[in-house]
Amino acid sequence: MAILINESTRIIVQGFTGKIGTFHAKDMIAYGSNVVGGVTPGKGGQQHLGLPVFNTVKEAAQEVGADATIVFVPPAFAADSIMEAADAGIRYCVAITDGIPTQDMMTVKNFLRRFPVEKRMVLTGPNCAGTISPGRAMLGIMPGHIYIKGNVGIVARSGTLGYEAADQMRIMGIGISTSVGIGGDPIIGSSHRDILERFEEDEETKVVVMIGEIGGPQEVDAGLFAKEHMSKPVIAYIAGLTAPEGRRMGHAGAIISSAGESAAEKVAMLKELGVTICPTPSAIGDTVAAVFKDL
Amino acid sequence: MDIHEYQAKEILTKYGVKTAEGGLAYSPEESVQRAREIDGNVWVVKAQIHSGARGKAGGIKVCKTHDEVRTAAEELLGKNLVTHQTGPAGKVCSRVYVEAGMQIVKEMYLCFLIDRSFERIVMIGSGKGGMEIEELTRTNPDAIKKIYIEPAVGLQDFQAREMAFALGVEATQLSHAVKAIRGCYRALRDFDANMLEINPLVVTGTGELIALDAKMSFDDNALFRRHEIAELRDKTQGDHREVAAADYGLSYIGLKGDIGCMINGAGLAMATMDMIKLAGGEPANFLDVGGGASAERTERAFRLVLADKGVKAILVNIFAGINRCDWIAEGVVHAVRNIDMQVPLVVRLSGTNVEEGRRIIAESGLPIITAATLAEAANKVVQARNEVIAEEGMKKV
Repeated sequence: MAILINESTRIIVQGFTGKIGTFHAKDMIAYGSNVVGGVTPGKGGQQHLGLPVFNTVKEAAQEVGADATIVFVPPAFAADSIMEAADAGIRYCVAITDGIPTQDMMTVKNFLRRFPVEKRMVLTGPNCAGTISPGRAMLGIMPGHIYIKGNVGIVARSGTLGYEAADQMRIMGIGISTSVGIGGDPIIGSSHRDILERFEEDEETKVVVMIGEIGGPQEVDAGLFAKEHMSKPVIAYIAGLTAPEGRRMGHAGAIISSAGESAAEKVAMLKELGVTICPTPSAIGDTVAAVFKDL
Repeated sequence: MDIHEYQAKEILTKYGVKTAEGGLAYSPEESVQRAREIDGNVWVVKAQIHSGARGKAGGIKVCKTHDEVRTAAEELLGKNLVTHQTGPAGKVCSRVYVEAGMQIVKEMYLCFLIDRSFERIVMIGSGKGGMEIEELTRTNPDAIKKIYIEPAVGLQDFQAREMAFALGVEATQLSHAVKAIRGCYRALRDFDANMLEINPLVVTGTGELIALDAKMSFDDNALFRRHEIAELRDKTQGDHREVAAADYGLSYIGLKGDIGCMINGAGLAMATMDMIKLAGGEPANFLDVGGGASAERTERAFRLVLADKGVKAILVNIFAGINRCDWIAEGVVHAVRNIDMQVPLVVRLSGTNVEEGRRIIAESGLPIITAATLAEAANKVVQARNEVIAEEGMKKV
């Protein structure tokens, strides 16, 4: 099963003909992802990498039946591209772009909420490494070869730390059902919790690894969900135990953010919620193996 | 990006927020000149640094004569001010803002910021402003009013009124308060600010509503379309290494330890720092080299790490996704040859083209220590650091 993407997902690339879009489109095709075309406004009708280029996402959805997209559009225009995909009825969007203004993301999230839940596009990112269902499809910029097919779901804020986790598991022969990068920006499409909900429903996923970091309440929210609604074990690693306290200028941050922002506080709260804590970033593989043994 | 109080006030004034009459000065003489231009017999000389809590740190001085203004400016200009928000290094004051003194009847708190979990702008206010606002959040959170603003329609007048009443504004000042609150929201939106804080917002003896202080902080990701804000950057307010890093598009934060770090990805960087600490070491910095680490970029990153003279050993940890290990390896080898590095270097490469990358390092003939895993890398760099310290000890003896 896997979540979000599989071999039949029909993928388009927004920002297809650009340097970065081209590079990663090639990579995704080589991995075996079902890329069916791309969008670059003004270049509609052309062929690129042997695939059709469209002016709009709507055309791509109609002509080649695209249901997923990956956005490589520069920061100034990325929010617009995400909304265009949502409007065209695309089911799933990965936004890779790093550097989208926060207020633009506020607009994007508000726009997405206008659609009824059953018609609402799922967004992961921005500023993420993408999603991979090993052996089936890669919708991202990760090195595909470090993921082997299996039963562990990964959800990570950080791209490279997600790679680290997958690689440690690969060395131990542990495979992945789907790995989802949710991105490190202040406002993102899907939270840890949103992805845990999907992993819980996925038959193939037996164990979930959540890789979080300092700042924001979302890891603890996900832990609450795991305690109340999940049958599958959740393992968490929280980066930033040694990170310096955020430097702020006013009182504002202190007022809005109640307790629980530091890595140590998050770890303590997650433990209490029954989440298995991975003590160090080099012990992710070992911790997963131990949890598997007890299943 | 943060800006100074006087800059925030300039912006807010244009949006209908009233501030006290004031002027900027770079010297004691200029400060006296500014005071002469302002009517009245009380002036406040305020250190312009990127930090709150300046009052407690002695950065705000009330003066009754022009001589006192001169003395206050002499004391503040060039001084390094340490507040509980600046960290122990403090921030240098190179300009002061001279303002008309006010008789204050009431102090209030008003702030706007982006609430990341609600994905909306939230307006926060309290009828009890001033220096104890943080204390109030702990002791009496109900005294703080929060109003969320719907992004599609923006702040509405009824919300501004609701806030004004929560602040305890008198009916006669209501329209001024609504104007000021709306102005703040507009300024935040128009300039892509993340945060705008007025603490205190005061009612004066003459019944006026005045923003006595103002702080604004902006979204770095939006500066490309806010040139007028980008131009306000004051480089003297940042750690010089962090400023240099930002100029090269690198993300660097100086820390207290002596193990220099160069890592791709913020999450992996934090995880690696955690591992260094677990291995018994202390990181000297956080440095995310990001994707696309070219040879040139790698060399710049090395120079940045080495600019900290306290660094005793360096750890490079790259998990190549967009990057390729062979490019990184070439960059590292090139940089080490160019810089003539005196401290031990541990390199851990993983991901795309890792074998090729390791081969390049091995064949370079340089004394680079390699590691296969995160744990091994952390242990080796701490060990290398300890050996350097031991050697230095021997030399002293």
